Amino acid sequence: MTSETGVESSADRAESVRAGHRARMPKSTGRVGDRVFASAARGSGALVLAIIVAIAAFLVWKAVPALQKDQANFLTSQAWDPNAATPRFGIVQLAFGTVVSSLLAMLIATPVAVGIALFIGFYAPRRLGGPLGYVVDLLAAVPSIVYGLWGLAVLAPHMEGVSKGLNAALGWIPIFGGDSPGKNSVFTASIVLAIMILPIISSLSREVFLQVPRAHLEASLALGATRWEMIKMSVLPYGRSGVIGASMLGLGRAMGETIAVAMVLTYAPGVNIHLLEDGGATFAANIANSFAEASETGRGALIASGLVLFVITLVVNMAARAVVARRKEFA
Amino acid sequence: MSSSLGTVSPVRRIKDRAAAAFVWIAFALAVIPLVSVLWTVVAHGIHRLDPTFFNFSMNGIAGRDAGGGAYHAIIGTLEQVAITTVIAVPIAVLTAIYLVEYGGNSRFARVVRFFVDVMTGIPSIVAGLFVLALWLLTFGFQYSGFAGSLALTILMIPTVVRAAEEMLKLVPNDLREASYALGVPRWRTICFVILPTAFTGILTGVMLAVARVMGETAPLLLTIFFTKAINTDPFSGPQGSLPTFIWDQASDPNQNAVNRAWTGALVLIALIMLLNLAARLVARRFRPAGR
Repeated sequence: MTSETGVESSADRAESVRAGHRARMPKSTGRVGDRVFASAARGSGALVLAIIVAIAAFLVWKAVPALQKDQANFLTSQAWDPNAATPRFGIVQLAFGTVVSSLLAMLIATPVAVGIALFIGFYAPRRLGGPLGYVVDLLAAVPSIVYGLWGLAVLAPHMEGVSKGLNAALGWIPIFGGDSPGKNSVFTASIVLAIMILPIISSLSREVFLQVPRAHLEASLALGATRWEMIKMSVLPYGRSGVIGASMLGLGRAMGETIAVAMVLTYAPGVNIHLLEDGGATFAANIANSFAEASETGRGALIASGLVLFVITLVVNMAARAVVARRKEFA
Repeated sequence: MSSSLGTVSPVRRIKDRAAAAFVWIAFALAVIPLVSVLWTVVAHGIHRLDPTFFNFSMNGIAGRDAGGGAYHAIIGTLEQVAITTVIAVPIAVLTAIYLVEYGGNSRFARVVRFFVDVMTGIPSIVAGLFVLALWLLTFGFQYSGFAGSLALTILMIPTVVRAAEEMLKLVPNDLREASYALGVPRWRTICFVILPTAFTGILTGVMLAVARVMGETAPLLLTIFFTKAINTDPFSGPQGSLPTFIWDQASDPNQNAVNRAWTGALVLIALIMLLNLAARLVARRFRPAGR
């Protein structure tokens, strides 16, 4: 609307007309205070954009020297040996571990999160809704390092039996196959990730479900629907794209999760399709684990892998936001 | 629900019950890990919850030694988070003011809003790598608590922007118009009418953001590095922090070190939960003046 100079251009005026009720606001008088404040506010907004651009730019800049020394193909190699005299590294195993563990986490977390959202919205006593939502949100307040400690000490020992059982029952499916199901596997990491992304998926789903028009709910009940039929026919169709967007945001979170995965998952080189077996690697966990001992090239290689992670999460997040925003337009 | 109109066929009733059961189980599935995490942390952490833990650093103490504490780490965390807050909050609140008071629906405002959303999804380790690439590798500064604060700032800005934006939107338009009608300039209206009205809401958002940032480990590993000694100066040299203290002690196989890690986790969780609780209380005590 009002530009920093206090002088109103025709483009600004057209914009302020479009801006609806705010168009009625007084234009800047050109006072020093007004000008300074407006440019500070606008500058902060610009700074946010600048940070995103700078992240991409500086990661690229610092990654390039290492990539030039890379003796293997960065995109197709399974090796990760950037500290050697002839550095060879590629992102295949990291990308595999990251994508598979996060997808699995999303698949586990989404139904549970939707269940929680439905429980709080439609099953729990109305007065308990707020406090129960708060309890679920507390899961998000627990720092990831604590999840890591807990996963290692409490969850992993329990997962050994679960993994062995799954392996015995479903071993003919490749991802559950393998000879030695263990406790520090991609599967265990996925469970920890699933717990960590539960709150974000469930709170966003809850928000969407709250927006279902009351008339829809009451109409289906009046037509004799059971509570489940009401949910199936009026709540879920209405909230579907919101839930999809929420679970994609959860996916993005899971991909970037570092410390919990680094603690729970033992490192093993190479791509292992048997998810119940120990070992694997993700972008983020690999950075945390090998940063301290990295050489200069090794550091560059880690920055390069971080850049790939940044791009992947950016794409996932933008897609999720687009899904959510589209829903808003049509709702 | 529909029993007053006669019978519901058994299949439908079974499906309804099954759905209800699923939903209850789903909620239980969320509560079990929460209770388990809290219980484990308290049960393991209580061993070393003694004055030594709060009054001594790890200087000269090996993993297998008993004793030692997290004084250096607690100091580091508090300093880093304070610096982060001081940098991030003004930027974030000004951005929110731009979005609500100036930007409206303009294209630039929509772009900023979109990228603030996207920024909430930036992995914390990437924020750490960025500060590493910019501050340490390009500008040539050393590892320091301040570098850690810079990384945390990137994570804190988007959360505070979102919270502040929601709160500023709640401020009734009448207040703005009344102020303008009295001839008050726009910036004074924002500073002395709008911000005070939204203050408690923004405060709640800031406290939640501080709680969230306090537990971040990954960016700190790359920026503050590691030290066992007390370093009260956040601007020079490696500094401790609670999350990196836990990370270091947990990776040590000795039981004494693992015990210290658990107590560190207990202290960290207690700090975060206190902040969360305080934020809720503030929010409840002073409801936004939406009226």
